[in-house]
Amino acid sequence: MRKVMTGHKAVAEAMRQIEPDVVAVYPITPQSEIAEYYAEYVHDGIVHTELVPVESEHSAMSACIGAAAAGGRVMTATSSQGLALMVEMVYIAAGLRLPIVMALANRALSAPINIHCDHSDAYLTRDAGAFMIFAESAQEAYDYTLIAQKIAEHPKVRLPGIVNLDGFTLTHTADVVEPLEDEAAKKFVGDYQPFSPMLDVDRPSTWGAFAMPDYYFELKRAQQAGMEEVPAVFLHTQEAFAKVAARGYRGFFEGYRLKDAERALVLMGSTAGTAKVAVDELRARGEKVGLLKIWLWRPFPYREVAQALAHVNKVAVMDRALSFGAMGALYNDVCAALVHEKNKPALVNYIYGLGGRDVSTDHILHVFQDLKEAQPAHTLRFVGLRE
Amino acid sequence: MPVKTKPMPELVRGAAHPMEKYLRTERLPHIWCSGCGLGTALSSFLYAVDDLKLDPDKVAVVSGIGCTGRIAGYVRMDTYHTTHGRAIPFATGLKLAKPELKVVVYSGDGDLFAIGGNHFIHAARRNMDLTVLCVNNFNYGMTGGQVGPTTPVGARTTTTPFGNFEHTFNLVHLAASAGATYVARWTVLDGRRLKEGIKEALTHKGFTFVEIVAPCPTNYGRRNRIGEGLDELRFYRENTVIRHGTDPKAAPLEPGKPIVVGKFVDIQKPTHLDLYETKAAEVRK
Ligand code: SF4
Repeated sequence: MRKVMTGHKAVAEAMRQIEPDVVAVYPITPQSEIAEYYAEYVHDGIVHTELVPVESEHSAMSACIGAAAAGGRVMTATSSQGLALMVEMVYIAAGLRLPIVMALANRALSAPINIHCDHSDAYLTRDAGAFMIFAESAQEAYDYTLIAQKIAEHPKVRLPGIVNLDGFTLTHTADVVEPLEDEAAKKFVGDYQPFSPMLDVDRPSTWGAFAMPDYYFELKRAQQAGMEEVPAVFLHTQEAFAKVAARGYRGFFEGYRLKDAERALVLMGSTAGTAKVAVDELRARGEKVGLLKIWLWRPFPYREVAQALAHVNKVAVMDRALSFGAMGALYNDVCAALVHEKNKPALVNYIYGLGGRDVSTDHILHVFQDLKEAQPAHTLRFVGLRE
Repeated sequence: MPVKTKPMPELVRGAAHPMEKYLRTERLPHIWCSGCGLGTALSSFLYAVDDLKLDPDKVAVVSGIGCTGRIAGYVRMDTYHTTHGRAIPFATGLKLAKPELKVVVYSGDGDLFAIGGNHFIHAARRNMDLTVLCVNNFNYGMTGGQVGPTTPVGARTTTTPFGNFEHTFNLVHLAASAGATYVARWTVLDGRRLKEGIKEALTHKGFTFVEIVAPCPTNYGRRNRIGEGLDELRFYRENTVIRHGTDPKAAPLEPGKPIVVGKFVDIQKPTHLDLYETKAAEVRK
């Protein structure tokens, strides 16, 4: 049934259906309402989750790790500085191969303090070892929360996952969302079989033990192997999802009017919605433009992105965060994806929307226009900035 | 017994607040809700600074995140708005680099005792020469009223719609046991005593702590049927007892019990800087 709900509520609904054993959270704008909705479910007795209102995000992820190591199904949610505080433990969750899924309400990192959307928090955890998915809408945030849980818990993966949804733009605005029926959602996610729970008294285990130069490297290689399993499991899970949901997702990204495009954008998150409007407008004027919207950012789908962009003349890669001292992280990814291609598009890197700076259709139209003239170079171009 | 009061002076529109000289008026109006206790908490501090004739250039105010944290943005002094929980370590660094400054940490219960709790006990243990003013409104006001370490048992918050069941901190007891050399508690109803308490804290050498009990009508009061800010003040008037010198352990803020206020600890011991200087002199010879 189609319902109107905010991004918060959509994520909370997915969490309710997943019904983890433990949710440990700490308040932070613009995430807090996810925890509040969840507290209501606990209050109403409709989930059996233990909700732990811990004293910081560092404690939130630590509690999640403890609960997951014990064999529980575990989730959390955070944003910006909360993730920054938690990030030490995100690396631990990944290193211990614990399938903890978190919703990340994307918000700019301090300083200066700002509560609005950009992707600097996500970029901070880029190398932490969690797989990362970006949602364009509340619907996608809902769907990919369910999908992420299944991927995270897949025996070949066993890694934390982060579902990104743009702070305020998606978290606080209401949209039409069509959640699965409870039974269908629960069946889709399935029961969780922990790999080696600490509470298995017949097989006592130690977690987080010291690994010296003689073993550390192999363990990290094994972790990377888990990450390398994600793409196949991702596609497989999307397929399984398409069988229960009216909408089907196929692939690591969405190509929008991309097949015959001469100029294209690559970006992640809610700005894709704005970009689609701009693409339609230019298409109506006969300009061959398109969009590639990333769903799965980590692991990065190099080969598929290269295939999808090989025919395009010019590509604007739009990063919603700076990687100080380097080009945008997404731009670097796309460059790397194309480096072995014979025919490759010229690439230009645009930085946009930092600290919640609004990105309108006009801005996107401007990017397409600018892209016509822009010389490919490793120089950042800024959208909607006063200089 | 009816209380005799002087007639209220007529409200003069556009008149300056007597403490305006300490405020960044260009940043006003502030973001605080009507009925919030933070206005009184801030003005009591400013009156204290004024009474003591402190040079505002020699006072630094450090805040964390939250509604109380906004104080750093409003006072016309050197201020810093830290990330959540980090006001005390920032203030520690500031004090060590500029010992001549009066360093005041002004923050909320959630910021100082949840995410920043570790810093609080260690600064108290070291007897860092800081004044920590904590507005306790029993929940995380800014993020929408979630449960925190001071939320009374049974209280409803957005993350405990079923009523809080966790044990709570008694902040004055915590401060005293961690090593604070001056500990007091007042409510914002009693602006004058609060001001005097802040003055004592500001002039006392070492780690000083004043807990300021304040209403958060928007988030805490509303959900717990306390009513408006004024209703909570009325509650303070009817339920507050002054007991100087009480063992802070015996003064927890618990539902159904009176709010015990007063000065609980006032002792002297060498500060971190004193000990540091002594040690430094010793090793340098
Ligand atoms: S939310 Fe509460 S603490 Fe914050 S300004 Fe409003 S009344 Fe004051």
